[in-house]
Formats: sequence, C-alpha cells, structure tokens
Amino acid sequence: MTLATTDNVIAAEPSLLVRMMRMLLADKFALSAAIFLLVILAIAIIGPSWLGDLATKQNLRGRNLPPFDWTRTWVWWMGADALGRPLFARIIVAAQNTLMVAAGAVILSSVIGTVLGLIAGFSSPRTGQIIMRLADVIMSFPSLLIAVIVLYVLGSSILNLMLVLAITRIPVYLRTTRAEVLEIRERMFVQAARVMGASSKRILFRHILPVVLPTLTTLATLDFAYVMLAESALSFLGIGIQPPEITWGLMISQGRQYLTNAWWLSFWPGLAIILTTMSLNLLSNWMRIALDPVQRWRLEMKGGKNG
Amino acid sequence: MAEHLLEVRNLSVEFHTAAGVVHAVKSISYHLDKGEKLAILGESGSGKSVSSSAIMNLIDMPPGRISGGEILLDGRDLLTMPAEERREVNGRRVAMIFQDPLSHLNPVYSVGWQIAEAMTTHGLAGSKAREEGLRLLRRVGIPEPERAMRKYPHEFSGGQRQRVMIAMALALRPDLLIADEPTTALDVTVQAEVLKLLKELQRETGMAVLIITHDLGVVAEIADRVVVMEKGTLVEAGTVREIYKNPQHPYTRKLIAAAPGKGVMHEPGARAEPLLSVRDVRKTYGSFEALKGISFDLMPGETMAVVGESGSGKSTLARALLRLDEPDSGTALWKGRDLFALSPSELYKLRRDLQMVFQDPTQSLNPRMTVFQLISEAWVIHPDILPKARWRERVAELLAQVGLSAEHMSRYPHQFSGGQRQRIAIARALALEPQLIICDEAVSALDVSVQAQVIELLDKLRREMGIAFIFIAHDLPVVRDFADHVMVMQQGEIVELGTIREVFETPRQAYTRALLAASLSPDPDAKAGCPEPPAADAEILIPKRSH
Repeated sequence: MTLATTDNVIAAEPSLLVRMMRMLLADKFALSAAIFLLVILAIAIIGPSWLGDLATKQNLRGRNLPPFDWTRTWVWWMGADALGRPLFARIIVAAQNTLMVAAGAVILSSVIGTVLGLIAGFSSPRTGQIIMRLADVIMSFPSLLIAVIVLYVLGSSILNLMLVLAITRIPVYLRTTRAEVLEIRERMFVQAARVMGASSKRILFRHILPVVLPTLTTLATLDFAYVMLAESALSFLGIGIQPPEITWGLMISQGRQYLTNAWWLSFWPGLAIILTTMSLNLLSNWMRIALDPVQRWRLEMKGGKNG
Repeated sequence: MAEHLLEVRNLSVEFHTAAGVVHAVKSISYHLDKGEKLAILGESGSGKSVSSSAIMNLIDMPPGRISGGEILLDGRDLLTMPAEERREVNGRRVAMIFQDPLSHLNPVYSVGWQIAEAMTTHGLAGSKAREEGLRLLRRVGIPEPERAMRKYPHEFSGGQRQRVMIAMALALRPDLLIADEPTTALDVTVQAEVLKLLKELQRETGMAVLIITHDLGVVAEIADRVVVMEKGTLVEAGTVREIYKNPQHPYTRKLIAAAPGKGVMHEPGARAEPLLSVRDVRKTYGSFEALKGISFDLMPGETMAVVGESGSGKSTLARALLRLDEPDSGTALWKGRDLFALSPSELYKLRRDLQMVFQDPTQSLNPRMTVFQLISEAWVIHPDILPKARWRERVAELLAQVGLSAEHMSRYPHQFSGGQRQRIAIARALALEPQLIICDEAVSALDVSVQAQVIELLDKLRREMGIAFIFIAHDLPVVRDFADHVMVMQQGEIVELGTIREVFETPRQAYTRALLAASLSPDPDAKAGCPEPPAADAEILIPKRSH
C-alpha cells in the first residue's frame, strides 16, 4: 500500500460539486424545483426596476379584467386587479418584498432558535431552564398580538416586519433543536469524541449539529409558507407592508373582497406562494437525502440508470 | 415423506432492494422430525433467520419474495395454504420465541393478559386461559406467578422475560417451537438456565425445537442435529458430534476454529511500577450503589480483563476511569497523578494516553464523517501530535495496521461490515498513540469468526506497541486467550482478582465457578454444567394433545 496509489484512488472520485449536480439531475422533481426557485430569485432581483412603473399604474377602465385575454400584451394574461393594474406584473414586482420578508424572518428565527436550542440542550440544566421558560413566554403570547404591538410602537417597515415575524417563530426551532440535542448527546459517537478530548464547541458543531440539521431545514421550508401568510395577515390589518409596496400576501388579502366575482385577484398570488413553498419542500427533501451519506446511494443509483 | 414433521424443500427467498435483488436464502432443504432438536447455525447475514421467518409467514412481501420451494408441515405445503388456515397453524402448531423479548412483548398489557390472549385467540374461554397461563408461568419458573400475571413486561429481568415468552409460546402446546437466538441477549448464567428449561420442556412435551443461533456453545448444549448456513446456502448438515469432531466444509472448520478459549494462556510478566493504580472507587446513582470500592493495579503493557454480568458495574468503572461519569470517591493514580482530581485542561492532555473502544461500532462512529475525518479528528483535537501535511499518510498507515486499506479512507462507516467498523474504531483510538485502551465489550456485538480476528488484532497491537488494555467482557472464554489478569465483578464489587491461570484453573469463589460452569463449550461432549435453579415446584405439563 503505497501512497501514490492512495492519491490516485481518491482523485478518481468526483468532487463534491460534481456529485451534487449528478444527484440533482437524478431527481427530476428536485431539479424542476431548483430551476423554479432560481427563476423566482432572478425575478425578485430585477422585478421592481423592470416592471415597477407598470405594476403601480392605475387603469380604471381595466378594473378586474379577467385573465386569459391573449389579445393583450403578456402582462395582462393573468388579468388585472380592482384598480386595473396588471396582475402578472404585480406578482413579479411583489416577489422581492415577499421573499425578503419571508427568507429574512425564516433565516433569522432558525439561526437564533437553533443556537439557543443547542445551548439549552447542551449546557447546564439551569441555563437550559431559563432559555426554555423564555421560549414558553414567547409561545404563550398570540404571535399576531405581539406583532401588532411591536409594529404599532416601532412603525411598520420591511425590517421591523422581518424582526417581528422572526421573534414569534424562534420557539419552534428552539424546542425542536433542544429535544434532538438531548437525545443525540447521549449517543456513542458523542461519547467517543469526548474520550478523545473534544471541546464542547467541537462536539456541538461538528457532531451534533449535522445530525439535527436535516430536521431543521425541513422545518424551515414549512415555516416559509407560514411566514408568508402571517405577513399577509399583518398587511391585511394595515400594520404590515404599506401600499404602494406589494407582497403576495398583501395581494391575496386585497383580492379577498372580490373573491365571488373576480377569483383571479387572490388566485395568482396564492399560486405563487404554493409553488414557491412546494419547490422549497421538494428541494429540502432532496437535500436531506443528498447530504446524508447513508441515504445518498438512492440518488446516485438513479443517476446511474438514467445516464 | 410424511414421517417428517417439518420439511423445507429447495426454499429460496429473495429481497428486492434498491441495490438490486438480494438472494437471502438460496434453495435450502432440511427436515425436522417429531421431538427432534435441530439447530441452524450461521453468522449474521447467513439467512438463518429468514428461512425460519418463512415458516411463520413473517417475511414482509414485498420487498421479500419466496421465489421457490415448499415448506411441508405434516406433508402439507404451508406456502400454498389459504391465509385462514395458515393463521391457525401459527401459534397452535408452530410457535416462536425471539431474541429480544422486551421488544416482542406489548408494553401496555400485563403479562398474564398476553399469555391468555394467545389462548383466547384460538378459542379458549377467558377464565380457563387465565388458569392455564398461571400454570405455565409457574412451570417456566417465574417467582410468585400470581402476582407476575398482573405485572408488565418492563418489571421483569431479561431472563424472566424470555421465560414469559416461552410460556406464551407453549400456551397452545405447539408441535414445533422455533427459537430465534433465544439466549443471545442474556447473561451466561441466565442463558444456561433458559437453555436447561427449554430442554426440560422439550422432554416433557415431546415437541420439536428449531433453534437458530450463531453460537456453537448453544448448539452443543441443546441440539441433536445441526445445519450450517453461510450466505444463504446450506453448507453442511449432520449430528452435532459429527459436525464438531469432523467438519467437512471449510466454513464450518473456520467457525469451530474461531471459538474462543482454546489458545495458550498468558503469563503476566514481573511486577513493576504500575501504570494505573485504582483505589477504592465508589459510585452511586441515587440509592443504587454501582461501584462499591474497586481497587486494582495495572502494569504497563498488561491486559486486565473485567468480567461480569449485566449490572455488575463494569461499564460504570470504565466510564469513571475516563471521567465520562464522575465517581463519588476514590483515587486512580495514572503514573502517579490522580485522574479524578485533574482539572479540565490537564484532563485534555491526558486524553491522549487513555482511549476507549466502544461496544457497538455502528453507534460509536459518527455516520456523517468519512473514515479519514473520523481518524484525523484526533489530530484536529490534539494538533501537536502530527502536522496536517502528514495526516493522509498516517491515516493510511493506521488503516493498514488494523487490516484495512488506504482506499477505505473516503468511505463512510455504513459501507463497512461490523468487524471492519470495529477496526476503524480501533484505528481511531490508535491515532492518539495511547498507552491504555479500554475496550468496553468491544467484541461482544461481532460474529464469532470476526471476534477472533479483532482479538488477534488487539493482541498484535499489544505485542508490537506495548499498549495496556482494560478489556471488559461478559463472557469468560473470550478473555482467556487475551488477558493477563482477570477481575470478576458482581454487583459493584470485585469477587475475584487473579492471573488468567489462577482464575480459570483454580477459581476460589463460588460465583467465578458458576460463571465458568455456565459458559457453553462448543464441544458437545463437554456439556456445560448449570447452577441449580431455585427450587421451582416442577409441575409436569399435561401430556401432548393428540391430533
């Protein structure tokens, strides 16, 4: 066993990026989801500067224009809202605010929640108790009530909205993480690391966190949809996003009073939310398998057959 | 061919997995007569359990599929029988006991209810069933059967649970009892008692017993005939004596050769300055005293075996020495410094010298790390051992040392067999260049032939590198070829401490003798003795129902 052969063997294995791409190609659902999310992301970045004017210009003669009127230009294909603004353009423009609030809130709450959960599960029982009781306090308030109070006091802006939504969602991650940590810290490989002299920080981040992470990503993608809808509820109460700014949630609630005679007002933004969260779910499901060395073969095998 | 009670002919079972079709059982044939005791011997993955699950209709289909053959019970093919009749056969004609009774007893029903259920399902009146259940519990030697009827599975010990399972299986007086590794999870003395009970019951009822095991000792103890399976094929069949004295197939020879306890015993060297000197270590959990003052010395390069049954405190001792659990009192002098009094930073430095190999390598290796990451983690934690540039080279060296190759470096633990995983765990322990390795039941979860290889590897490391070992085991023969000293523990105390030769040849304590006597020898002519069971009123089971 010389070293030269070793290096050859290891070099023959494709790099992680190549393997990931192959596994993504093997799962057609995850691939379409990834493409869809990339498109949404691109739209979110260029949307407002591209169609911003068109999306806010009123056209009272085109009020509640029905969709599928192919004679007009494409922005009108989804119909128009109560003030005659093209829905297609509005959805594209709204993508930025929606994704920013939702992604911001989800990332913020999941990071804070996970870190606190790791600490609560791994440190002394007393610290753990204090963190858990704090979480209980947040949980016991109706989350919309906190949001109303905070936004009323601080004034509504996208950043405040993001913060408020994040705070109300922290306990979800905190409790899940803590419960998992309590179980994983007793596992043999954690003991083995301790015997080797690994520091608590290393055990937490190198051994425990990777095992908890799949659960948390699944949770986060589900939360994405929840946050989008919570944001629309706040916007509906008039303390969330303020017109003329738009989000998908706000569009749904604006269309609510026309549901009986102009369904498309709420339908298209609703569809956008559904497709986005579904794509996220599919992608996170793929990621859970792709990142787990024990499960990975399922995707690699499929890829082999297709190729 | 109607004279055989059970006849399995050309049975093939396959499983459709994502990795392709796995032929778990490849066209095997064996038969079993009335009142006969047949053992199916094989290591994990040999298909021995699958073949018996087919008899009980316990194979999940799909993914499993019986692709050919027949299973004849009194000349009738079970595989083509209607489902209704098949259920009637299960329990009434054929009963089964399992390896782990705790997971096969329902935790939310009392034991009495569960025994009675087996009988009421097959049409016995409730009160009658209860009465019968009580009689069975008494027969299998459960103390206070009246009260035991109302108890729940978790309130019994492992051996008692297995007795309860046997009582349940016997409730309908089956013609055939299938026992799938019935004693693997039990302590040696309990194992001997349970096997004795099974033999007695077999004699009384005249039922046939099909026992599935990986343990040659169990085969020698209980069976008349044995069939040996390897990787889904039947390699050899014959009487137990024939197979043991004159094995034909190379696999059988390998299995018999691998049975521990035949080598030359070690003679410890002259006493020198002890490497580790443990004095009066105590540990209590609540009111339970796990360690009641343990003291011993360990010389450099020496192996101390710690043997005891479950609950004897041997793992607690290991955890205390490594400071995974803090002991309540006592000292452990490591080259003159007290391990229990070290500050965290001093302890961190000392971690290098003391390493541990755990029982189950599947659990002690992080499933999300490659072999390279697992082994090199030692150097991440202790960066002064080795410069990063040499990690790859050194991992390759260590892997070669434990009998793996450098190509394995980028693989994950689940891609290895149990024995290979334990080798990886040993390589990881070696990475820190320790002077003492504590092996906590490091070979108990492995197949016999793999066990022998791992012990050989440890022996080699000891000779070449002068590493001292504390080797924890529940089984005496395993430690016989390997250790210098033996410490026998019972209920948190040292019962006997001496050199291997002293303990094995002239045991002073009754408990040590009982342990030695209870260990099963693979030689059918050297029947293991059995400590007399508590005098149970030996009520004879009602003679077998005729049909």
